Amino acid sequence: MTRLKNVSQMKPGEVGIVAGFTDDHLSVKLMEMGCLPGASVRFNFTAPFGDPVCISVSGYELSLRLDEAATISILN
Amino acid sequence: MASGKRLKIALVGNPNSGKSSLFNYLTGLNQKIGNFPGVTVEKKTGACSLLDGSVVEIVDFPGIYSIYPRSLDEQIVSEVLLDHHSSATPDKIIVVADATNLKRGLLLLTQVIDIGLPTILVLNMMDLVAKAGISYDLQLLSKKLGVPVVPINARNGIGIIELKTQLAATLPVSDKTIFSIWDDAKLPVKQLRDRVGIDNDYEAYLFLEQPQSLGFLNSERKNIVDQIRSEYKFFPGKFQGAETIHRYSFIQDLLNEITLKASVDQSWKKRSRQLDLILTHKVWGYLIFFGILFLIFQAIFAWATVPMDFIDGAFANLSRYISSVLPQGPLTSLLAEGVIPGLGGIIIFVPQIAILFAFISALEESGYMARVVFLMDKMMRKFGLNGKSVVPLMSGVACAIPAIMATRTIDNWKERTITIMVTPLMSCSARLPIFTILIALIVPDQKTLGFFNLQGLALMGLYLLGFVAAMGSAWVMKLIINVKERSYLMMELPTYRIPKWSNVGFTILEKTKAFVLQAGKVIMAITIILWVLGSYGPGDRMSKAEEVVQEQTKNMRLTEEGMADRIAAYKLENSYAGIIGKAIEPAIKPLGYDWKIGIALITSFAAREVFVGTIATIYSIGSVKEDDETTIKARMKEEINPDTGGPRFTPAVGFSLLVFYTFAMQCMSTLAVVYRETHGWKWPMIQLVYMTVLAYVSALAVYQILS
Repeated sequence: MTRLKNVSQMKPGEVGIVAGFTDDHLSVKLMEMGCLPGASVRFNFTAPFGDPVCISVSGYELSLRLDEAATISILN
Repeated sequence: MASGKRLKIALVGNPNSGKSSLFNYLTGLNQKIGNFPGVTVEKKTGACSLLDGSVVEIVDFPGIYSIYPRSLDEQIVSEVLLDHHSSATPDKIIVVADATNLKRGLLLLTQVIDIGLPTILVLNMMDLVAKAGISYDLQLLSKKLGVPVVPINARNGIGIIELKTQLAATLPVSDKTIFSIWDDAKLPVKQLRDRVGIDNDYEAYLFLEQPQSLGFLNSERKNIVDQIRSEYKFFPGKFQGAETIHRYSFIQDLLNEITLKASVDQSWKKRSRQLDLILTHKVWGYLIFFGILFLIFQAIFAWATVPMDFIDGAFANLSRYISSVLPQGPLTSLLAEGVIPGLGGIIIFVPQIAILFAFISALEESGYMARVVFLMDKMMRKFGLNGKSVVPLMSGVACAIPAIMATRTIDNWKERTITIMVTPLMSCSARLPIFTILIALIVPDQKTLGFFNLQGLALMGLYLLGFVAAMGSAWVMKLIINVKERSYLMMELPTYRIPKWSNVGFTILEKTKAFVLQAGKVIMAITIILWVLGSYGPGDRMSKAEEVVQEQTKNMRLTEEGMADRIAAYKLENSYAGIIGKAIEPAIKPLGYDWKIGIALITSFAAREVFVGTIATIYSIGSVKEDDETTIKARMKEEINPDTGGPRFTPAVGFSLLVFYTFAMQCMSTLAVVYRETHGWKWPMIQLVYMTVLAYVSALAVYQILS
């Protein structure tokens, strides 16, 4: 069984579909921000030290810390 | 409230939805800032005249993504919306949504509809929607949601008239229920509605889900809520995730139905993406950010001096005028030497605060500030701060008061508290006069390495010292404060836009007003207390001042002014302030200070900017205009230390004082704001103690090493 990839492992320009979350508490907030299971995410760029990162989801740009991004599992 | 009969209209919406532009459009200059009852969250209200001449009150709420709050600031929205029977309950709610990102904006709307208050949906940024080639069936949207839908463009006012017409019309509560509460929750919700008296199911459901937002309940009703919650094992946020998914699936279906044409053209975002490549670049990003910082400092220090000098002169003239027209007496003296200089001491900071907030607000409006947070977050986190701490720290260079108020956007308690605690270490504009005069006194006006002015370098060094101390203290507090609370960033990076300048103007006005009212009250009170301490003394020493001085100076041929100055100095020495100054001399001697400097420390305890004025009086140059630096400087240079026979203000004493003023918490207004923001005396007291200790120890070290 292959482990699901998460958003923090994506490369700039890469796209994927949100598959699920590994952190209950964060998932609630992420979903409110439009980061829903099934939504497509595009990894845009990272801040100079690799953290935080910027993704596009639900039609807008969202910045997340690396550890926040790591809780979003994706399929691509 | 005086406007008790006016309809109250609440303005809610996502951050960056253009809510404040709309608020400014509706209310213009009729805005005022107050507090929500019982809590310290700032409440922006404004009067709006409708087309039929009636006036309604608009209340602006902090931007939120959902009715479930993430920070203190956001909690106020649920507090107000859940309390349906208070004088603060809004009669109508406007939900503002960014029409280019309707999906996310509708989440909040569906929650507000379910709470059961009359609601209007305002779709903002319709111009961008048109550019992107999107087209919606708004009539269908309105029908499906059971609320009026008004498309607007808050940047140029299109749609405002239609909105005002809607505000004047009677507005029923939407007959739609978008989210029906879960079956497991039906029983507790019914019990709750019966026993506490709540209007609708979703509202009662939120009572169970958000115990933190029920500050308006009396203890009896609160107990019932707690009892039911524990009986049915409800914990906060229990079904929140499931509810969000449910709502979004409704929204997705709705959007599928109402979207006539989906976006074909993303080019309006293209330029924003290209800008991001430069502005968040690892080299250019920081270079541009520091360039902007440099520009801001330049503006605060160079450009602000013109209006500041003008204000200074105007108040000095007013003082002189008052004391020349009014009959002599304590009342005139209080007015001319207490109240008016006190007022001047507040107004003089207005230009710097206005300029700073012009920049900050323009940067926020443009979307750049979110990138600053993005750039700085990782670095700030190492020090127990948050990317969002950058704005307060930057504001702290002008004044700690608005800076501390700006920490409310930090949702993590620990990071917010640390930011509040260290912000006053950033050298604010009130320290500048002290720095200027002491540096002029002890640092030679020479160039080094060909072009660096030594005095300029010393000044820059002090600002750097304050910044380093702030970061160092933050790091220590990060280790000491042991609270496990997760910190989030999760922030929208809005599309870059040209700032709307009228919004910048409104922010300047708002912040300046807040400063004048907040700090003004304290500074005013302190000035009057200091005036009393400096003008009165025990026994008859004060009343005999004139005779004593005349006796002492019999053989000197003094001019009338010189005599008056000597009397003033004698009076200050024998006043209560002078007595306290002498009493603390043993404590400050190791720092290199005498009782005269002690008096200045005492009088500047509550507001550091008083230092220069006190020094001027003490050294009997009171009659010279206070801003006449060369005179004060020359007189300070002549002052002899009787123990050594050399000058009083040696470099050791001067640097010791500079370091002291860089670190000392000598600002009562800041303490008052910290008290307000942290709900108690614990943090302001810790702040006062740690900063004073830091100041004392550092000044001691500096003096002992240098002398």
